[in-house]
Amino acid sequence: MGLEDLLFELQMAMPQVILGVINGAFYALLSLGLAVIFGMLNVINFAHGAQFMMGAFVAWMLLAYVGIGYWPALLLAPLIVGAVGVAMERLMISRLYKLDHLYGLLLTFGCALVIEGLFRNTFGSSGQRYAPPREFQALNLELGDFFLPGYRVWVLIAASTICLATWLVIERTKVGSYLRAATERPQLVQAFGINVPLMMTLTYGAGVALAAFAGVLAAPIYSVHPAMGANFIITVFAVVVIGGMGSIMGSIVTGFLLGFLQGLTEVVYPPFSQTVVFVIMAVVLLTRPAGLFGRA
Amino acid sequence: MTVNRRTLLGAAAAAPVWGALPYRSARAQAANTIRIGVLNDQSDLYRDISGPGSTHAVRLAVQESGITQTGVNVEVIQADHQNKADVGSTVARQWMDRDGVDLIVDVPTSSVALAVSGLVRERNKVFINSGAATSDLTGAACSPNTIHWTYDTYMLAKGTGGAMVAAGGNTWFFITADYAFGHALERDTSAFVTAAGGRVLGSVRTPFPGTTDFSSFLQQAQRSRARVIGLANAGGDTINSIKQAGEFRITRGGTKLAGLLVFVTDVHSLGLETAQGLVLTETFYWDLNDRTRALTQRLGAMPGNLRPSMVQAGCYSGVLHYLKAVRDMGVAAAKASGAEAVTRMKAMPTNDDAFGEGQIRPDGRKIHPAYLFEVKTPAESRGPWDYYKLVSTIPAEEAFRPIAQGGCALVRS
Repeated sequence: MGLEDLLFELQMAMPQVILGVINGAFYALLSLGLAVIFGMLNVINFAHGAQFMMGAFVAWMLLAYVGIGYWPALLLAPLIVGAVGVAMERLMISRLYKLDHLYGLLLTFGCALVIEGLFRNTFGSSGQRYAPPREFQALNLELGDFFLPGYRVWVLIAASTICLATWLVIERTKVGSYLRAATERPQLVQAFGINVPLMMTLTYGAGVALAAFAGVLAAPIYSVHPAMGANFIITVFAVVVIGGMGSIMGSIVTGFLLGFLQGLTEVVYPPFSQTVVFVIMAVVLLTRPAGLFGRA
Repeated sequence: MTVNRRTLLGAAAAAPVWGALPYRSARAQAANTIRIGVLNDQSDLYRDISGPGSTHAVRLAVQESGITQTGVNVEVIQADHQNKADVGSTVARQWMDRDGVDLIVDVPTSSVALAVSGLVRERNKVFINSGAATSDLTGAACSPNTIHWTYDTYMLAKGTGGAMVAAGGNTWFFITADYAFGHALERDTSAFVTAAGGRVLGSVRTPFPGTTDFSSFLQQAQRSRARVIGLANAGGDTINSIKQAGEFRITRGGTKLAGLLVFVTDVHSLGLETAQGLVLTETFYWDLNDRTRALTQRLGAMPGNLRPSMVQAGCYSGVLHYLKAVRDMGVAAAKASGAEAVTRMKAMPTNDDAFGEGQIRPDGRKIHPAYLFEVKTPAESRGPWDYYKLVSTIPAEEAFRPIAQGGCALVRS
């Protein structure tokens, strides 16, 4: 194959790669929430997929029952689902901090099954529709054969902004430094007069709100149905493992990176596009068990 | 699921008392009781097309058969097979060996259906399959105890594939779910496309399960310049493919989408704005004619506020016909041999509000007309659930695979 052919192939693959990066934005947003929760609380939040789904459903319910549209839902749904997360943390998860990770994992996994079951019983399995707001049509990109819906452009912008903001809050602000300190030495931080349990609760709520925010972003793209989170969460856990458990920047970068690689695989050899993530995970675990950005 | 769990809990609670009184009295009654087990997906992607709605339809069939007025008891139980062959097999075995179930109905998901068909044959009971797609049930894996009632992969491929080529869609590109069902549907449809003079330009295999974004695959399909994009997938995959095809305006250049397995509940979930123009094949549509409308009305409020799917209609029709055969041959004879009951069913012509007149072939294939529909535009739709317009009717004799081509061992004799 000559250089020109190669360039042509690359040019043809560009749109797919862009789409991959946009899907990577969802991975980044979801794995970020997981990383925040794991990093601060040491809890592997298996309910993350269910909370993502709840975000999408709350957005849909707000529109269908109350007539509240997309923009307010983008704020309201994370708040509502985040509040549910706070209640979960207070009532259940907070009792498990002193135990092995496994207990938190089992509890949240059980919660995820119950939540998904409840939604399935109430709303059925075929899914609800949520139309993207019309105003995004102004962002539509059309380049020859390639058409990129404006809404996807918005997803990329919104997800990147939220990821960056979360990173800034945790790594560059005073509140963030308290949080990080509280993970290392909770007693000492408590002794300085900071309410550590409250901080843990709010952190879990924030992590859950991130999942719900991703859910609202996803609602117009995918069918809003009870299993929508379960489809995502397996890949997202692989992203967290590759990035390094609890690493904020690691999860963001890895999320986008894997979206990009998946997009590329979808062009080169589609049947491999789900597997590629897990192959990378295996390789990373063998060579750098702490993950690409993790500290052993 | 609820009933199954309740039965299990009840069984566990009652276990110590068993062997004493209750079991005996149940035994005494059992000779005059027909037990029907509705086995399907109660919790996952096929719940809306089968699920509790199928049980609802079966109950109506029992009521309308009038058999209970003749002093025969009919019990209907249901369970969730979770789309897993091992779970389905366990439930089917328990039902037949312990609970005295005479007839198993529905069973979507081809792998589960094939497993259950084998078990039913071993125990000489009756299996009426409505939910599964594989045409192997009346082909290589056919059984004297199994009737495949509603539809199959061959019928879908011929209906949608053949019709689209005839309408000028002579070049195809497939988006195929990468597992047995998707491969079979792609293979069968390709055969019809090429036989009708069309060409298949390519296909892309999408990982199953777990693919949520089909936009990249759709764009590859579009780049092939095929006139028709064939969706050889089902359920949530089909819904997401169609939804994202709309989002990416895949059809703006005149490309048509062919949904090879689309149910009316899928269209309901997608909405007409997104699903309009989609061509699909079904054997039952609630608003097809006076008889289907009357049946839909008698079914009343379906679980989940949905309208009946063709799978649920098939459960109604199959059970109604079975109970006719039971009345005809007597409860004792029907319970003694499932194969005899099926032979009796094959000997009687079928006639009901769901599929009109039809018959059951020696290979176990129930035949009736199939209908090619196009999904209406929002402007054409006159009310809730007014989704399809009829494009053409495929006569019963042509809709299904010719009996000689299936390779069913029952046919050779």
